[in-house]
Amino acid sequence: MKPASFEYLRPASLEEALQYLADLGEDAKIIAGGQSLIPVLNMRLSTPKYLIDIGRVEGLSYIREEDGYLAIGALTRHVELEQSPLVAKHCPLLLEAVKWIGHAQIRQRGTVGGSIAHADPSAELPCVLAALRGEIVIAHADGEETLAAEEFFLTYLLTSLQPDQMIKEVRFPVISNAAGYAFTEVARRHGDFALVEVAAVVELNENQEIALARLAAGGANPVPCVLESVEDFLIGKAADNSLLEEAGEMASESVDPDGDLHGSASYRRSLVKTLTKRALQTAIQRAGGISR
Amino acid sequence: MKTMEITVTVNGKKRTETVETRMLLSDFIREQLRLTGTHLGCEHGVCGACTVLVNGKAARSCLMLAVQADGFAIDTVESLAREDGSLHPLQQAFSDNHALQCGFCTPGFMMTLVDFLQENPNPSEGEIREAISGNLCRCTGYANIVKAVEQASQALAKQGG
Repeated sequence: MKPASFEYLRPASLEEALQYLADLGEDAKIIAGGQSLIPVLNMRLSTPKYLIDIGRVEGLSYIREEDGYLAIGALTRHVELEQSPLVAKHCPLLLEAVKWIGHAQIRQRGTVGGSIAHADPSAELPCVLAALRGEIVIAHADGEETLAAEEFFLTYLLTSLQPDQMIKEVRFPVISNAAGYAFTEVARRHGDFALVEVAAVVELNENQEIALARLAAGGANPVPCVLESVEDFLIGKAADNSLLEEAGEMASESVDPDGDLHGSASYRRSLVKTLTKRALQTAIQRAGGISR
Repeated sequence: MKTMEITVTVNGKKRTETVETRMLLSDFIREQLRLTGTHLGCEHGVCGACTVLVNGKAARSCLMLAVQADGFAIDTVESLAREDGSLHPLQQAFSDNHALQCGFCTPGFMMTLVDFLQENPNPSEGEIREAISGNLCRCTGYANIVKAVEQASQALAKQGG
């Protein structure tokens, strides 16, 4: 359980980090908090020749509200999200989700960019980002580009990030004050990887009908999965218990989970149903709607 | 460069050492500094046995490279007891409540809890259980650990007040 040997590089600026990536490409791996990467190195599932530690790069750790987004620097630690008044005010869904990430010791070191780049299908931040239709700002030596979450996550632990690119910023759309939200998860023990998780945002119109719905599930597909058919189905419907039942059923039919030793495929599918119902119910209540 | 010189402040003392870049912080603490109070269980971030304070906050030393800690302050379980050998209130409470059996996980619990009690000096039982959720005790002595934390929080409050 020791990492294989590598050259360690510690750029002080983003430009320097991107130049290393441009020069070294596939032989290099970025490390930030290391909470996902170091287990992979310890088990030698990955043996990069070069490790580029961006932990000391200036200007990558911030939380800002701009243009309807919470713009979060790649190096921002999970614990900083937990403590941020901006997150609590503009994206409480994110705050609710962050508390599910690992344990306090992990949240102390782990970073937002790292979680997104690692792209574990059961991770909390990718699920929230997908639900909200967030964006990822990717930097490379020649410039930067912005990708939608759905273009970014390809499959298990695989993203569209190229060897010469790194995540610079993650952009979570601000949630309106009138909206209700919820993040629900089932894990075998507190802090374990999620078996299934569901993120929901709901806005109601004056007739208590659903005017906007955002819904995504993690742990159910190889990538965080936007439950678009359920979202479409919900629009214009009166928010009541029979609706929740139907939405949960639809959600479970629209995912295709794999089973593993932690939970069978059919168990995960039934969790998608239950958690979708719970998340929607809480979100509707928080939006000022009926139910119960 | 596959080795690097780093300077870390360990338990209040500045140490400058040359380390292999691939060396984990946990191995650096145990093998190079010979501070063997920090224990290694799973070495991939699951068991919490290797928890130390990095700049005052609990973190898993097996999920950090020693080179990443360059310039940082590291506190291990050896920092808890006073120089005259008298125990830290948390250690005393663990002893009083039989909160350790084989003792392997204990240093990790201690360092997790030192940080936790600084943040939350008067925790509820539920909060304590959540705080220790990242530390595994295979003797399964959690009930006594929770009792010990309750005693320690009261002792620390008296000490502080």
